[in-house]
Amino acid sequence: MNFNFTEEQLMIQQAARDFAERELLPDVIERDTNATFPHRQMKLLAELGFFGITVSPEYGGSGMDSISYVLALEEIAKIDAAAAVVLAVHNSLTCYGIEHFANEEQKRKFLPDLASGKKIGAFLLSEAEAGSDATSLKTIAEDKGDHYLLNGTKIWITSADNAGIYIVVAHTHPELKHRGINAFIVDRHSPGITLGPHENKMGMRSSDTHPVMFTDVKVPKENRIGDDGFGFKFAMKVLDAGRMGIAAQAMGIAGGAFDLAVKYSKERKTFGTEIANHQAIAFKLADMAVKLENGRNLVYKSAWQKDNGINFSVMSAMAKQYCADVAMEITTEAVQIHGGYGYVKEYHVERLMREAKLTQIYEGTSEIQKIIISRAILKE
Amino acid sequence: MKILVCISNVPDTTTKIKFDDGMKSLDTNGVQWVINPWDEFALTRALEIKEQSSGKIEKVSVINVGTVSTEPTIRKALAIGADDAFRIDCEPSDSYTIAAQIAEVAKNENYDIIFAGIESSDFNAGAVGSMIAEFMDIASVSSVSSFEFNNGDITLKREIDGGKETVKIQTPFVAIVQKGICINPRIPAMRGIMMAKTKPIKVSSPVSTEALSEALSFEVPPPKADCKMIDAENTDELIELLHSEAKVL
Repeated sequence: MNFNFTEEQLMIQQAARDFAERELLPDVIERDTNATFPHRQMKLLAELGFFGITVSPEYGGSGMDSISYVLALEEIAKIDAAAAVVLAVHNSLTCYGIEHFANEEQKRKFLPDLASGKKIGAFLLSEAEAGSDATSLKTIAEDKGDHYLLNGTKIWITSADNAGIYIVVAHTHPELKHRGINAFIVDRHSPGITLGPHENKMGMRSSDTHPVMFTDVKVPKENRIGDDGFGFKFAMKVLDAGRMGIAAQAMGIAGGAFDLAVKYSKERKTFGTEIANHQAIAFKLADMAVKLENGRNLVYKSAWQKDNGINFSVMSAMAKQYCADVAMEITTEAVQIHGGYGYVKEYHVERLMREAKLTQIYEGTSEIQKIIISRAILKE
Repeated sequence: MKILVCISNVPDTTTKIKFDDGMKSLDTNGVQWVINPWDEFALTRALEIKEQSSGKIEKVSVINVGTVSTEPTIRKALAIGADDAFRIDCEPSDSYTIAAQIAEVAKNENYDIIFAGIESSDFNAGAVGSMIAEFMDIASVSSVSSFEFNNGDITLKREIDGGKETVKIQTPFVAIVQKGICINPRIPAMRGIMMAKTKPIKVSSPVSTEALSEALSFEVPPPKADCKMIDAENTDELIELLHSEAKVL
């Protein structure tokens, strides 16, 4: 067993760290407060290849492995989890979904713009009454011969406004339940697409989240991914990869909070000594470090399984559930260690705590992950 | 035209420096190695100039004097964008021997412009750049903070006391650069990181030179003394302490 990262993986980790500290950190609080999208930084990340990290060079990507991808995502999330979620949805849902499940023509048509960052990707599954419960989808894609007609409303769509390419999951044959679902590649600027207001979120505020309404949106037949009825399986497979990305993001958020807590506890003095010397604080740090180590190992193992062609569905569910839950615990403790300073914006940890909360909710709540994990155990 | 950038392998600037065996050598345990920051600035500017030169500058190479352990640092330089690299396979000793090795390669391979950082962030000798020029019998310009390449014409700005001096110069020469030469060091792109593996590192044996100097031992600065708080009203005590303890009065 080899726990060492390769020289390239370490170089990517360092590049992401340098980028985040130089380009994302200086105005992260301002962007969070005003909920402004990091356009400038996204353009730079695109130039550096972060929009097609694991996409094959054949389609204009960087051709990196999944370990490199999660390491990069972790470093970005340490500083700015909102920027990280844009990359996560783009890379692990949109790019991965198209590269692994779309046909050659679709890959050649859509991947180069995605991998170069010319177009950001968004994944449209959730609805008012459906998300992880994908069979309850109400959005309909009616088969009109040479095209499909999309009608319905999607909610909680990350990058809805800034994206150029949507993957939309909709029902074509509702009577067939999950076998009647399809996924489509849709141009965000197609006539009939309207956006609801930017959600005023608790955290991840600088990534834009909107409801998206489809009114008689024409989608060419050739934009359907896979055979008729493949959509449910597609969504489940893509979410396996998505969970790994969110787990990495959660570890980034937790790691960022941990680093700040360690630094602060070595500087702040009470009762004549640095607070790190008080066992109450030292033991908190020890607990945080163990959780981080465990969480990272789950993320890296699921990435390793993916890279080695081993089914990573359960491992990524374990990683997502554990990492999200401990990210919440670690960030909460980081705020506690900072005391009053932790509750004000300029110390960053309150933002990280707000960001951690979302990792327990989106791309399948922690409870949904436990369903996936327990079903896998009980099936055996 | 070809540019050669000298790359020194130094401990990360946030490293806590420790020495072992009687303060004679650096304790390298747990040290993370990076490209010397001034060399990284130089490399970034060299690549920018090459990209803007409409083909006039055909390549940017890097050179390092060091053992195989420095190769990750060299590959980082290749990932940032250098076309190829030289590594002179020996333990670097004093500035004189390092400069002799670099000059040998620069001369044999006909490099037109040699970039050297103004100093290395570890030993701060600040001597290699000018020694290379001396070995090669060419000009050197120190403290270069601006490097413009217009259709083959080279204009440099160098820092002088209280201002700047603008210099026009013909190749070949050594530019000894400092901060300001580029805005930010370049972060390697993913594609660059993947390409780095395929770019050549030419390893050669050192030419024989004799070191002119030898480091005997190192000292670290004394630990910071505790801060003494004195009441703002109590100027007499302050003056007394400045006189008797700090000995500055």
